[in-house]
Amino acid sequence: MSLKVTDLSIARGGVPVLEGVAFTLADGCALILRGPNGIGKTTLLRTVAGLQPPLKGAIEGAEDRIAYAAHADGLKPTLTVAENLTFWASVFGARGIDAALAAYQLEPLKDRHAGNLSAGQKRRLGLARMLVTGRPVWVMDEPTVSLDKEAVAMFADAVRGHLANGGSALIATHIDLGLDAEVLDVGPHKAKPAALDDFDGDFL
Amino acid sequence: MIALLMRDLKLALRAGGGFGLGLAFFLIVTVLVPFSVGPQSALLGKIAPGVLWLGALLACLLSLDRLLALDWEDGSLDLLATAPLPLESTVTIKALAHWLTTGLPLVLAAPVLGVLLNLPGPGYLWLVVSLLLGTPALSVIGTFGAALTVGLKRGGLLLSLLVLPLYVPTLIFGAEVARRGAEGFAVQMPLLMLAGISAASIALLPFASAAVLRVNLR
Repeated sequence: MSLKVTDLSIARGGVPVLEGVAFTLADGCALILRGPNGIGKTTLLRTVAGLQPPLKGAIEGAEDRIAYAAHADGLKPTLTVAENLTFWASVFGARGIDAALAAYQLEPLKDRHAGNLSAGQKRRLGLARMLVTGRPVWVMDEPTVSLDKEAVAMFADAVRGHLANGGSALIATHIDLGLDAEVLDVGPHKAKPAALDDFDGDFL
Repeated sequence: MIALLMRDLKLALRAGGGFGLGLAFFLIVTVLVPFSVGPQSALLGKIAPGVLWLGALLACLLSLDRLLALDWEDGSLDLLATAPLPLESTVTIKALAHWLTTGLPLVLAAPVLGVLLNLPGPGYLWLVVSLLLGTPALSVIGTFGAALTVGLKRGGLLLSLLVLPLYVPTLIFGAEVARRGAEGFAVQMPLLMLAGISAASIALLPFASAAVLRVNLR
């Protein structure tokens, strides 16, 4: 089952930002979103994740299949790395966290409080959360922020593994992950400002 | 659901979790009232049910602004909203965790603090019963207020103003049960009203809280 987005228009704070966005994300595929800052990539991802309703258009195949990773990692500083991950694992239906810890080399930090981690380590923990959700569609917003080169490679490996298992990923990022992925530039879909009508003309 | 409840309880109990804040406030209020009112045991006994109820209500109010705001700030509210758990049960669990860490300790502390205010003998039972029935409503109504103001910077002030009028019926009937109990009158009518308010809040408000939360997360 693929994620299908047709003729999607979205707004941020009531102002339309993107219109006519359409793509299909088949199982085993990844799609990279690109576009300048403020174009509406985050808003698009939040809409696909179901956090906000679209102005127009349809999203199919998203219901209960999406794991969303936002700018914030949703970590609790007073819980340990293992406790944070175990919590999300049990919210999404109890899977082991060992594989996820191993994928991002977090075992040595397992019993450390998340509040004592560096920014990059926090991000790695946030990304490890995606592995314990067991959801097939990963929707990720700038996942490589504050990651070093090695951690980016770990992330790319994790995504590759996910795709090989029949999952799919929708990623907004500006760096080259070395993935065999399609690229969607949302720049051309920028919403045009509302046309002036007679009332505006009179007013001006 | 259990996982969310356990996480919230763990967070509340760990350093900086705010557990004990409400309890300490409740203690301070009841300890200071005799000093401000004066050592007249008859008067103290008369106002004790009202003071204890008011103290418990304000103590409850004190911790509300952290109820959803912390999860909002670190992004876990967004992640919870995309999790398999319906938002209705998320807010119910949040309210339950708030009650367990704030309401229940108040209920347990109230009879001890009643001694300080010279609460008449028959009043203890009804004070505990009324708080036990009323504090869940305070938590659920408070969660609704927290959902309304989540995402607002310094939303605590607005939260208090929104929630206080909603707390009034609970306070009136809760304090009335405790007062009538202490004076040896029949408590049935206010007790039923209090139970009704609690039952209705618990049944209806989670849906309202989840609905406003969905709007606020956009």
